Amino acid sequence: MLKVENVSKVFRSGAFGGKKKRVIQDVDFEVKPGEVVSLIGESGSGKTTVGRMILRLTSVSEGRITFDGEDISALKGASLKAYYRRVQGVFQDPFSSFNPIFKVGRVFRTIRREFLGDLDKAAWEERLSGALNAVGLEVAALDKFPHQMSGGQLQRLLIARALVLDIRLLVADEIISMLDASTRIDVLNLLGDLKRQGLSIIFVTHDLALGNYISDRIIILQKGVIVEMGATDKVFGDPQHPYTRSLLDAVPHLHELWSEEELKDLGLVADTARFGGHLIEHRENHLVRVYS
Amino acid sequence: MLAVSDLKIHYRTLAGSVKALDGVSFSVADGEIMGLAGESGCGKSTLGKALIRLEERMQYVGGEVRLDDKVLPIADDKAMNPYRFREVSIVPQYAMSALNPTRRIGRMIDELLDARGLKGATLRPELERRLAILGLAPDVLGMYPIELSGGMKQRVVMVLSTLLDPSLLIADEVTSALDVASQKKVAGALVEFRDRGYVKSMIVVTHDLAILAQVADSIMIMYAGKLAEKAPTRTIVEAPAHPYTRLLLGSLPEVGIRFEEKRLPGIKGRPPSLLSPPVGCRFRDRCPLAFGKCVEEPPFIEIAPGHQVACWKADAHAQG
Amino acid sequence: MTSTTSSSPAAPAAKRGRNEILYFAFRNTKLVIGAVVFLIFLLGAIFGPMFATHEPLTFDAPPGLPPSADYWFGTTLFGQDVFSQFVHGLRSSFIVGALGGVTAAVIGMLVGFFAGYRGGIIDEVLNMLTNVVLVIPTFAVLLVVAAYLSVRGLGTEAMFIGLTSWPWAARAIRAQTFSLTSRDFVGMARLNGESTFRIIFGEIAPNMSSYLVMTFILLFGGAILTAATLDFIGLGPTDSISLGLMMNYSVMNAALQLGMWWWFVPPGLAITAIVGSLYVMNVGLDEVFNPKLRAL
Repeated sequence: MLKVENVSKVFRSGAFGGKKKRVIQDVDFEVKPGEVVSLIGESGSGKTTVGRMILRLTSVSEGRITFDGEDISALKGASLKAYYRRVQGVFQDPFSSFNPIFKVGRVFRTIRREFLGDLDKAAWEERLSGALNAVGLEVAALDKFPHQMSGGQLQRLLIARALVLDIRLLVADEIISMLDASTRIDVLNLLGDLKRQGLSIIFVTHDLALGNYISDRIIILQKGVIVEMGATDKVFGDPQHPYTRSLLDAVPHLHELWSEEELKDLGLVADTARFGGHLIEHRENHLVRVYS
Repeated sequence: MLAVSDLKIHYRTLAGSVKALDGVSFSVADGEIMGLAGESGCGKSTLGKALIRLEERMQYVGGEVRLDDKVLPIADDKAMNPYRFREVSIVPQYAMSALNPTRRIGRMIDELLDARGLKGATLRPELERRLAILGLAPDVLGMYPIELSGGMKQRVVMVLSTLLDPSLLIADEVTSALDVASQKKVAGALVEFRDRGYVKSMIVVTHDLAILAQVADSIMIMYAGKLAEKAPTRTIVEAPAHPYTRLLLGSLPEVGIRFEEKRLPGIKGRPPSLLSPPVGCRFRDRCPLAFGKCVEEPPFIEIAPGHQVACWKADAHAQG
Repeated sequence: MTSTTSSSPAAPAAKRGRNEILYFAFRNTKLVIGAVVFLIFLLGAIFGPMFATHEPLTFDAPPGLPPSADYWFGTTLFGQDVFSQFVHGLRSSFIVGALGGVTAAVIGMLVGFFAGYRGGIIDEVLNMLTNVVLVIPTFAVLLVVAAYLSVRGLGTEAMFIGLTSWPWAARAIRAQTFSLTSRDFVGMARLNGESTFRIIFGEIAPNMSSYLVMTFILLFGGAILTAATLDFIGLGPTDSISLGLMMNYSVMNAALQLGMWWWFVPPGLAITAIVGSLYVMNVGLDEVFNPKLRAL
């Protein structure tokens, strides 16, 4: 359904774009219908940029991204709108995602105006209440201002917005990180339920536990390069790449404690990023980057 | 050594008085790292800031705070001045993004020390020694904040806050904005400071229970401005007595748990408004164990050595 | 200037809305006083000429008379009714202020919004344009224009002022637009497939409405002041009377030395009062819109 083919991204900065910075290099993966794929990496890994490229908020420098075989960089006007009926995004900060001076219901009126103008009132209201029910909210919530609601409610509203459009792919960029522990699990469970109903999700996160909980496949990014990817239980069960291993080691657990040595290993985090190498198939549905 | 008794702190707003802390009592021993956990709005940040009186909008309403058997004048901003940085110190939330971007780190530190009546030059050798322990070379002092990574900035702020060996350090969400690898190092740094005696006792405020499980000796859970439970870390993690603590732990996905196999439950509902908090136990509306007596507020009492809980049903479930 | 922030968890935000703004507006001394003074002169400009019994420019009165029952503000050295000149001058000042201010505001907004929202090459080009207009020696250009156009109207003057006073507004609006564009709700609007125009005027501009109002007020006041200055040195419209022109004539004809205070005091006071009241209103508005500046 979605194919990211050898995509790279170069950012230009300075007056008239003199300096260049390569933030993504040769990223290549696929997302099938009804699949949850997690893009996992630390800050600077490029995971958010990949999400933004898929959402057409940033351009692709090299390579291409196709949706149902069509190159998305060619989309304009009506075809771009058609794309957005199939692919939508939710971002990290729920309060930033709503215009603070308008009530939250306006978001849905805008969706209706831009995408579903040909629906009659009854059909629209049915869709709207269906989407709100799916996320556990009521129509009354639409009459509030963003600051009168909690982060969790706003995130669920944003998911409802995507559902009203009947999308096939959702790009969720760190949508849980600003929520409380008890709300997080509700939103995650919601995503899991939606996946069961056939929605594909690209889950961008830095939190391995969340990625593990909800995804079918994992893609580990380090400094813009895929270092390991494959089925969740394979990548996390038997990680091959040193970076994946170091990430898993660094995650604090409730029950397994770090040893005294591990904890006292102070000093800066070593930069282990390497250039080059290529992905080989370690086993079925488990690729690792090796360097010759 | 810290002893807090019946501390009450309110915030004045246009809508009324928000009772952010409503009668909180606990103690932290010398050499103890206590984790302070809870969700947003529970009052943990307020508690941390109140102990050093960092915010002017805070209204001190009642209670007493004793540090090393001396009463801390937390109601009086000016009176707290000699204590700040020397006896009580804080690494505030967002500290690393609050560094002046136009100042080199060394110069900023000198200015901060001068403002406290200390000569930056005399403290420089110790500063460099401590930075080295955390893996930062002295030339960091000649750099601008933008040249340092998040983890490095956090370390600089931590060294700065503990330079005068305060008796109590409050670390407010010091690991939240960092990558996992940096988090681990910063957590280790906290333990190292305690082990070397730079800090006598520490309160680590965070929402991340897993990090506390790794570094804290005891954990205190807060809910809606009141204390829910305080116990040694292992007890909290393995045999929590308060229903809120259990539900909270039950909603944490660990690497290994998958949605298909086990669907983790959350906690239904939202915390009560602190403008006019409900009578009785504040967790009543969301608690699966709530019964008639819960309209009467449960006292925060000791049910086992070092284990305090505020729940009428705690005794029955003390053994997990 | 103010940017809206998300609610803090510890203190539930008070219910915002129009009511809160109006509540603080009516209680702000600066805003109320400034508005009242401004309104007085505005009413004078609108209704004043109806009360003027004589034509402003005709020489049919005894020259040099101090204020009296027939001639409320006295007469000029040439026998013109000062009151009549004053109220007609008020009217032209307001017209120039409005036209010039609106022109500058429109150009400033278009340049500022598009530069701030699009960034990249569009921003670079618009920036260059802004800088060029900023450094043009307007006075020299005006002299040249004045030399070419022997007959100039109010419209020309307003247009000139409008075309040269927008750069600072564009810069300020650009900066504010930059910061708003980075907010996620703009990203969301792009995910709706909304056009640039719709995003700028539907999402970004409403969020800066207080800022835009204040910018317009400053442009309006600035236009009146600039027009008065231009008129005073003789580069203003040739076919009508204005407050600046009154000042010009009175000074050129030694009104001060002759003790004809009624000729230059009314226009001078009016300009000061109008522009001053606008600036004071502006400061008051800032306090109304920005909660942090209000005394609680």
